[in-house]
Amino acid sequence: MNRLMKRLAWGSATLLASLLLLSAPAAAQDALDTGDTAWMLSSTALVLLMTIPGLALFYGGMIRKKNVLTTTAQCFAIAGLSSVLWMVAGYSLAFSDGGGLNMFVGGLGNLFLGGVAVDSMSGTIPETVFVTFQMTFAIITPALIVGAFVERMKFSALLWFAGLWMLIVYAPITHWVWGGGILADRGALDFAGGLVVHLNAGVAGLVACIVLGKRTGYGTENMAPHNLVLSLIGASLLWVGWFGFNAGSALAAGTGAGMAMLVTQIATAAASLAWMSTEWIVSKKPSVLGLISGAVAGLVAITPASGFVDPMGALLLGIIAGVVCYIASVSLKHAFGYDDSLDVWGIHGVGGAVGAILTGIFAVEAIGGTPGVLEGNFGQLWTQIEGVIATILYCGVVSFILLKVVDMIVGLRVTRDIEVEGLDINLHGETVHD
Amino acid sequence: MKLITAIIKPFKLDEVREGLSALGVQGMTVSEIKGYGRQKGHTEIYRGAEYAVSFLPKIKLEIAVTSELADSVIEAITSKAKTGQIGDGKIFVTSLEKVVRIRTGEADGDAL
Repeated sequence: MNRLMKRLAWGSATLLASLLLLSAPAAAQDALDTGDTAWMLSSTALVLLMTIPGLALFYGGMIRKKNVLTTTAQCFAIAGLSSVLWMVAGYSLAFSDGGGLNMFVGGLGNLFLGGVAVDSMSGTIPETVFVTFQMTFAIITPALIVGAFVERMKFSALLWFAGLWMLIVYAPITHWVWGGGILADRGALDFAGGLVVHLNAGVAGLVACIVLGKRTGYGTENMAPHNLVLSLIGASLLWVGWFGFNAGSALAAGTGAGMAMLVTQIATAAASLAWMSTEWIVSKKPSVLGLISGAVAGLVAITPASGFVDPMGALLLGIIAGVVCYIASVSLKHAFGYDDSLDVWGIHGVGGAVGAILTGIFAVEAIGGTPGVLEGNFGQLWTQIEGVIATILYCGVVSFILLKVVDMIVGLRVTRDIEVEGLDINLHGETVHD
Repeated sequence: MKLITAIIKPFKLDEVREGLSALGVQGMTVSEIKGYGRQKGHTEIYRGAEYAVSFLPKIKLEIAVTSELADSVIEAITSKAKTGQIGDGKIFVTSLEKVVRIRTGEADGDAL
């Protein structure tokens, strides 16, 4: 073949090859990243540990011995109940396309996890992993509420309320923030659930403790924690597990997760020291309960901010959260007189709201993609406040309705005799023997 | 025979036991109890909720002795359990009608 023909042949072959490549279908999804997947599998386990036994022990140690099994049972039972309901409808309502209603809730496209196959992808991780990771959030959120009405709620009522609440309050609010709904649309920043999990649970807790009323003997009887060692163990499991909660919300094993883990640690430590210091000044003695409560307050407040702030912001956020949540739990509660027994509103509600608002202030564009007030974006503060208000209103109203409905179905509160004798023996037929 | 019931501060138990061993007392029953007299309790604060705890932990000793030994036992307990601070405790002496050793069936003086 002469030179010209050769060139033409090569040229055509190259052209043909290029055309074939360009016309090949574009990749329908990201390739699976084993590093991201491994981290997310681990995070899922860490977050489950936060509820069982983290939260169970944290709460269990703080109430009277005659009710410890009940409280831990409620957390454990919700783990089972929420898992099943998440599989049935929760995931679909939170994360699938809601069609015309997509601003407010997902659809039924993933009912019974239909459409989630072994090789379905969610970003760089299998969708199955995403489903389970989010399931652990759907478990801990209703479990948090338990702390507001310990020692007086019927087990049947708790199961009804937790189940309905997860589907009707938790799933929609999740959709608003993480499922492509209205708050996401408006640019609200909530990395790991300051609104979705903590403010949500906090508001429900406040409403519930007011609807159920105070414990019999509140204010006169000794209701001291029966074993703070359990609470400390629980708080420690919460702290460590929270790395899965916050750093895992990066949905990837990378720089975002790294920064999220770092700021989580800083804010938590700062908040614990801040609560401890405040208490030391006010009550003259720094308590163990204060140390661990401060830490949890910091964990709550950094949750929405964990993917958006830098270490300096986290430090300030932690200090503010420690002091504000101390005031909410110690002063405000006694001033208003509601029996939010384990300070679900004081720590999770107030901490979540404070954290969400401070996210709007401390957000760093280079970290999470959106600047906050300190970088000149004043609008973000209002967007965050909007998210807080929307969550409070929807959760508050619907939680109230659900409680009234459950009250009609099974009755919310145990009888006075059962309450005085103790829930463990009366509701579960078991006691803790020394 | 006398039953001597002594309520003492918990950390004094070992000293009292040694003192009584030296007298030849060969057994006693010990219970962990709570109580108060002139010693006031303390206040605990949990997240701003104050609880006045009036009952303080104490140890109760019950010792069965012959009437002859009673006074020495009282003297031993008093000297070993005393700190001089409020809350040292009290000793009650009651008459014991009958004592039986379960293993052998021995009674009264032989059972002490």
